[in-house]
Amino acid sequence: MFEYDPVLYSRILTGLTLAFHTIFSTLGVGVPLLIALAEWIGIRRNDDHYHLLARRWARGYIITVAVGVVTGTAIALQLSLLWPNFMQVAGQTISLPLFLETFAFFFEAIFLGIYLYTWDRFKKKIYHLLLLIPVALGATLSGFFITTVNAFMNAPLGFTMENGVLKGVNPLLAMFNPATPTKMAHVLSSAYLTSACVLAAIAAFMILRGREHVYYKKALRLSMTVAFVCAISTAVIGDLSGKYLAEYQPEKLAAAEWHFETAEEASLILGGILDENNEVKYALEIPYALSILAHGTPDAEVTGLEEFPEEEWPPLVVHYFFDLMVGIGMFLALVSFVFMVMKWRKKSNELNRVLLWLIVSTGPLAMLAIEAGWFFTEEGRQPWILRGYMTTAEGATTSGYVDIMLYLFIALYAVLAVSAAAVLRRTFKANPAERELEKLGMK
Amino acid sequence: MDYELIGITVLWTFLYGYLIVASIDFGAGFFNYYSALTGRGPIVKKVINRYLSPVWEVTNVFLIFFYIGLVGFFPSLAFYYGTALLVPGSIAIILIALRGSYYAFHHYGNRESLWYQFLYGATGLLIPASLSVVLTLSEGGFIDVSGDEVQLNYAELFTSTYAWAVVFLAIVSVLYISASFLTFYAHKAGDSSAFNLLRKYALFWSGPTILASLLVFVSLREHNPDHFQRMLDMSWLFGLSLLFFAGAVYLIWKKKRLGVSFILVMLQFAAAFYGYGASHLPYVLYPYVTIYTSFTNDTMALALILAFIAGLMLLVPSLYLLMRLFLFDNDYVKGKK
Ligand code: HDD
Ligand code: HEM
Ligand code: HEM
Repeated sequence: MFEYDPVLYSRILTGLTLAFHTIFSTLGVGVPLLIALAEWIGIRRNDDHYHLLARRWARGYIITVAVGVVTGTAIALQLSLLWPNFMQVAGQTISLPLFLETFAFFFEAIFLGIYLYTWDRFKKKIYHLLLLIPVALGATLSGFFITTVNAFMNAPLGFTMENGVLKGVNPLLAMFNPATPTKMAHVLSSAYLTSACVLAAIAAFMILRGREHVYYKKALRLSMTVAFVCAISTAVIGDLSGKYLAEYQPEKLAAAEWHFETAEEASLILGGILDENNEVKYALEIPYALSILAHGTPDAEVTGLEEFPEEEWPPLVVHYFFDLMVGIGMFLALVSFVFMVMKWRKKSNELNRVLLWLIVSTGPLAMLAIEAGWFFTEEGRQPWILRGYMTTAEGATTSGYVDIMLYLFIALYAVLAVSAAAVLRRTFKANPAERELEKLGMK
Repeated sequence: MDYELIGITVLWTFLYGYLIVASIDFGAGFFNYYSALTGRGPIVKKVINRYLSPVWEVTNVFLIFFYIGLVGFFPSLAFYYGTALLVPGSIAIILIALRGSYYAFHHYGNRESLWYQFLYGATGLLIPASLSVVLTLSEGGFIDVSGDEVQLNYAELFTSTYAWAVVFLAIVSVLYISASFLTFYAHKAGDSSAFNLLRKYALFWSGPTILASLLVFVSLREHNPDHFQRMLDMSWLFGLSLLFFAGAVYLIWKKKRLGVSFILVMLQFAAAFYGYGASHLPYVLYPYVTIYTSFTNDTMALALILAFIAGLMLLVPSLYLLMRLFLFDNDYVKGKK
């Protein structure tokens, strides 16, 4: 039926592994922050509910970490197995952050091990909390380092290429390339946002299921507050990411906005479809918005796709990924804002069923936004693996059997996903918070 | 020392670290399952879990560290091995993934399941077997290189005595290292029934370990005479290794100074491992790639070495803390904490 093409299968397998890994690594980056906040509040207010919250969150976290670790190991090794040509170049230019990342993992792994086994080992509770700082720091740093690698693929810098030979390598310049600031900030902020939404969704769901205990309300308030702050910062940084794209990767922004002709006062296109002449139909247009997103002023000129040869255009579906991410981002900001306002105004009840159901939806939606954002940025880089230097096809392996490996990994991830979900469910069902509260003698 | 040698020494040291910590972990999985099957599960389970739970993630990082370091210091190797190893590499990844996650599911998910234990035990033997293939390949004769084409010759690999000898050695060393560590740990925990059982395992697996090492020597002579010759030039290291081995087994047998005996086991493997590695040089993929032809540029090398030193300053105190809390804290080891 199909002719075997290692490039195609390598792309699908890489996308699959990363899409799966990112679910767990996003939680891996974000959840320690929330655990630390809960434990800190617990100590400051001397409120044992928050202690229990930290404990239970950590118990779920360790399961997601395990899957994050093994899928992360998979993708690290797959980078060499599937993209040997690319890694040969990347190894010479951008291996510093990759190397540093392993130190961050190491650091995180050691302290996580200690943290999980020392809940009651210290007389002073604050010591136990202090152990969490390296965990949260390690997770954030590993997210940061790996993001600089991805930023480098988008905006390579810190070397020169002369007749196919690499010269003048500068590892720090490669790491702190123009894409790094916005990318790093957006990735971290969205990871915190997503983790907060997932935890808030669980708390809201339990309340909807009739759990009355104030424990759940405290969990919900804490996570929604974090979600609100991070929703705002994610949107603001997202806007800055748009400005980065306009300057350094205009073809990606143009593809995301189906912006074919260079023009001033460009409008932002939402939804719609493209006909065979690349005319946009049924879309919602917001006048001037694209110029504002790209350059901050309504009359700015935005580069269109026409300025690039057609074989260098990214796939135009990225438009939908972009819209999905931004749409969800707006929705998350709105829901958390409404929650904050209602909580602040004593008259209104922020625990009404409609709002609770909306909060339940933010968990899966935030995760979807993460996936959409990554698919947007990774597909939007095509046809390049290293923008301007190496195409994806040049970077790929020439080896046989990539297709069979793809099927094996699909099976692996299916098994992992199902078992992780089952284990999480069982862990919390067998030991509900109420029972633990009772056992610890709390009200 | 030039950068190339520093680089390979650092990496080899991490691989050695992985060899030791991972062997303990892999073997523990096997003993756990084996004794559960033979109805002696409860005897060893406590000792094994007590030690493994806080450190399993750390073990995995050693491997990642070695791999990322290899890509950083010797980028062309990523190309050769990456292309040749697609299938065995993917299989190793899948085994590692199953093992790591099922350990966590079993342990943190609070459910006893013989099936999880089986997965955990079986993968513990299959992973070293599949990883050892990389060392086998580095001896040459299995990877065909012509221009940009790199291919692994499976028929050659599966019919090679040398390859099977290495697999055999990998598996029995795992069991031997693990059993001798756990013997020491059980002794510290004051758990005499576990100690007696694990001591038996340690003594049982010591014989095959030496046998397998000899087998590897003999078959390497056939497979890569050049390397064999260089190994003979360093025979004092291998002799030393044998001495350490004799000392370790003697102490375990006499039930004396078990901490020292485990250190001797570590030295036994260190001597043989560094002897093997040093005599392998300068080749990293015989006869195509040496550490000099595959090395990265000097700027990156310096940056990596600096990063490594900075990283160590962070890691060594943290590792020390981990060991103090879980390995050398008598109350913890004895299960009082
Ligand atoms: C919860 C997740 C989430 C949410 C709500 C948003 N984003 Fe996002 N976005 C991501 C999660 C994300 C991400 C997964 O983190 C990406 C993918 C790669 C990256 O660098 O970050 C991303 C990439 C990304 C890029 C591409 C950057 C690049 O390729 O270098 C832009 C321009 C935006 N985002 C803009 C926005 C805007 C204007 C948002 C308005 C609300 C927004 N994002 C919400
Ligand atoms: C974690 C979230 C991520 C997701 C969901 C993701 C998704 C994808 C997808 C879908 C592809 C296939 C694109 C195509 O070929 O059409 C891809 C390719 C790739 N990604 Fe990412 N990616 C993520 C993060 C990263 C990071 C942080 C790096 C940097 C180390 C990276 C490196 C690569 C490489 C090397 C390829 C193959 C080359 C290419 O197709 O351009 N990815 N990714
Ligand atoms: C947005 C992209 C990514 C983020 C935010 C991220 C973050 C993380 C985090 C926080 C962990 C620790 C496990 C956990 O706590 O859940 C992890 C594991 C891991 N990730 Fe990713 N990662 C990303 C993409 C990648 C890529 C592209 C690679 C490939 C180089 C990679 C390699 C690894 C490895 C090797 C591990 C396991 C480390 C260990 O053994 O402890 N990650 N990742």
